[in-house]
Amino acid sequence: MAMSKIWAAMAVLALVFGIINGKIEEVSAAALEGASAAITLSISIAGALCLWTGVMEAMKLCGFASALAKAMRPLLSFLFPEASRKPEHLEAISANVSANLLGLGNAATPLGIKAVRLMRKSDTATDELCLFVVMNTASIQLIPATVAGIRSALGCQTPFDILPAVWMTSILSVTAGIISSKLLARFVR
Amino acid sequence: MKALQSLLSAIIPILFTLLALAAVLRKADIFTAIRNGAKEGLSTAAGLIPSLVALFSVIYMFRASGAMDFFTDILRPAAQWIGIPAECVPILLIRPLSGSGALALGADIIRTHGVNSLIGRTAAVMLGSTETTFYVIAVYFGAADIKKTRHAVPAALVADLAGFCMAAVSTRLLFQFPVT
Repeated sequence: MAMSKIWAAMAVLALVFGIINGKIEEVSAAALEGASAAITLSISIAGALCLWTGVMEAMKLCGFASALAKAMRPLLSFLFPEASRKPEHLEAISANVSANLLGLGNAATPLGIKAVRLMRKSDTATDELCLFVVMNTASIQLIPATVAGIRSALGCQTPFDILPAVWMTSILSVTAGIISSKLLARFVR
Repeated sequence: MKALQSLLSAIIPILFTLLALAAVLRKADIFTAIRNGAKEGLSTAAGLIPSLVALFSVIYMFRASGAMDFFTDILRPAAQWIGIPAECVPILLIRPLSGSGALALGADIIRTHGVNSLIGRTAAVMLGSTETTFYVIAVYFGAADIKKTRHAVPAALVADLAGFCMAAVSTRLLFQFPVT
């Protein structure tokens, strides 16, 4: 629904500004140009996207995801002391986090849903449930394949040169989410 | 920095080699796995097309009309105050609500300002290091039937804002763009 309002507002503003700036012809042309650019871009990133989901699927098959999940367990049991007392809970959490790290979006969501259903106590979210959801809202992907695909489709020779910046940013953003969750949990009941 | 960059440009062949070695050791049928995964990726990409058509046409119109420049200039002082290029602020506003919306906006910004510009790179880092916050919250709390989400939304938005600011800082730092 929110997107419908944004779409409508942008369409109306484009008309108004087009008239004021005397660019109404360019605006009309831009509508069609945009629609065809959408197809061009989708097709150019489709290859990168397919390759990536394929390789990630193979990595899962070869045990990369479960190895990563195991490696994450000490850190996660520190962040989720209550859930870490139940092996099943910690396993669901770490499987979700490792799927997110590898960019296995389609696998991460069902694992995360399993985790939140296990952690649920009543219709009020617990501290750890909030923390888990907040960590999922802050992306922690190791290789942002879609963005790399877009950059490469737009003519970038080194689409992966943003990786260190993405990692720095993700780490800071997840840390900010963890700290604010832990702090706010004391005040919001 | 130089060594890191060359390691990064080799990241794909390195990952493929690791995968090949692991597959040989485990006698895993990776070809079938890659094919099945690629099929999934293809349906993701195809599913993206209708939203991108709707979004790109309106974003292109918005930019062609001069509205994008007008609002970017209005946002500039506030954006500068938190250290983000004003041209990237639309991503910050759409990203928590819509993944395809942010993707379309980001792609348009990267195209307009260049893949290797400060603005283009910051936009890419923003897209790569954040999630569709409200969608994730709705999916997980919906699935667990949680009515009171307590501090989850504010904490998630703090994480997003920190991510957006850091995207600008890390891009400036790592690509040695001058501080303006």
